[in-house]
Amino acid sequence: MTTEKRTALPVVADAPLDPARRAFLRTAAAGAAVASMSACGVNLDDFLRRHFKELSPEELKRVLAKVEQRNRDRFGKETKVSATGARPGVEFGYGLDLSRCIGCRRCVYACVKENNQSRSNPQIHWIRVLEMDKEHGVDLARAESYYESDAVPRPGKFYFPVQCQQCRNPPCVKACPTQATWKEKDGIVVIDYDWCIGCRCCMSACPYGARHFNWATPTLPADELNPNQHYLGNRPRPKGVVEKCTFCVQRTREGRYPACLEACPVGARKFGNLLDPESEIRRVMETKRVFVFKEELATHPQFYYFYAT
Amino acid sequence: MRTSRLALPAAALVVLLAALARASPGAPAAPSAPQHAPVAPAKPAALIQAEPPPFSEGIYPCSACHAEQKDRTRRELGFHEEQQSVFDHDSEHRWCLDCHDYENRDVLRLANGDQVPFTESYRLCGQCHGDKYRDWRAGVHGKRIGHWDGEKTYFLCVNCHNPHSPRFKGVKEIVVDGKRTTAPTLAPMRPEPRPRRPDEMRSPAPASGAGR
Repeated sequence: MTTEKRTALPVVADAPLDPARRAFLRTAAAGAAVASMSACGVNLDDFLRRHFKELSPEELKRVLAKVEQRNRDRFGKETKVSATGARPGVEFGYGLDLSRCIGCRRCVYACVKENNQSRSNPQIHWIRVLEMDKEHGVDLARAESYYESDAVPRPGKFYFPVQCQQCRNPPCVKACPTQATWKEKDGIVVIDYDWCIGCRCCMSACPYGARHFNWATPTLPADELNPNQHYLGNRPRPKGVVEKCTFCVQRTREGRYPACLEACPVGARKFGNLLDPESEIRRVMETKRVFVFKEELATHPQFYYFYAT
Repeated sequence: MRTSRLALPAAALVVLLAALARASPGAPAAPSAPQHAPVAPAKPAALIQAEPPPFSEGIYPCSACHAEQKDRTRRELGFHEEQQSVFDHDSEHRWCLDCHDYENRDVLRLANGDQVPFTESYRLCGQCHGDKYRDWRAGVHGKRIGHWDGEKTYFLCVNCHNPHSPRFKGVKEIVVDGKRTTAPTLAPMRPEPRPRRPDEMRSPAPASGAGR
């Protein structure tokens, strides 16, 4: 054992740092951060931007212009990116008539087209149509989403389309570590793709498999790009972010029906304002046999399944 | 006090008139303005009728052939094989003249004897299928496109159901007078391609012009 006298630990200074040195270190750290960010393609403005909900109107305008510029660079096309907010007094509700659906998947592809999803590798579908046995009812253990047939409906089968249920108690929102996803006043659960870090916690939290991850840069031909876009909806996504159904926020906030509803050849899909007693969806709720998917999880969806017959 | 005494009946009159104006016959009942909606008294939703599918080629007007009135007893026809071969609308009990008018073949006929033009065939359907008819007028049965809070186009019974074989089989998109609409088919629909399985997406993405 040495008897050498220890003064102080070498790493911690006894006296406060010289202010000049502290300022130097701060600048150096910031410089290193900027250098590393630009090395991985992140813009400093984007990085220091405030959360979407805290943006001032001017900042929002700048952000939207930037998204339009990014679209121009990426697709060589003019696009209109809006950020229309929720209308007061509106709470969206969606009804799907299981006694009508024939499983033709027209909704799936209308959604892909409207919402600028990746077409292949990765192929992303926000709607998944499950084929189930009439004999066993709604039973996920007997559901098949990869059915193929020359004609639908197949005998003895019924079809159960699943998409984001826009829960009133959304587990995905609670799971997000960066508040990149939240529920809007009209009930739509949205994602800010600029805020998403791609951790996929929301995907594992969602009991409906309604969230999808861009494992690679989305493949979206420029001529199929839908130029009518919403910041929180169908604007083109980068690689590494999660996306999901938004009830076609770019359409429904303008008063239009969602694309899947208009594509449905049997009129099985109903949409409207739950707070309007005269709306079609309220009529469904009041006169039909209605249920929600996985009710026992208390997610309280704003997406209702019903039987009109 | 005086103004308020007058205001009440006046308001009632306005409401009554508005209700009358909306209750136009023929079209599905327009949703009246939501009374409890907290904001924006919704404009009375305009309802537009979709184009019905066209008649078979060269079949209309029916009076071109059915000029004079002949036998009106129920029987197998020697003509209209295209309808008789598919006829499946309570075929045990029904035949042509239950729905087609005997005196004027260019119109339809309700059970009470009233004549109905082909353009209002839903009134004929509604006599038996009242539950569907009421749902359809409310927008629950059948298809509507357009705006959930405003102008919308509603499809007719005959856009999806063949009146001679009404069980739904499939529809196809057609264009009538430059407007897109649908017509029923006798064949069932073919589903769109199934989604890819995850293992089918492992191969590298095809080189396309959609870089980051």
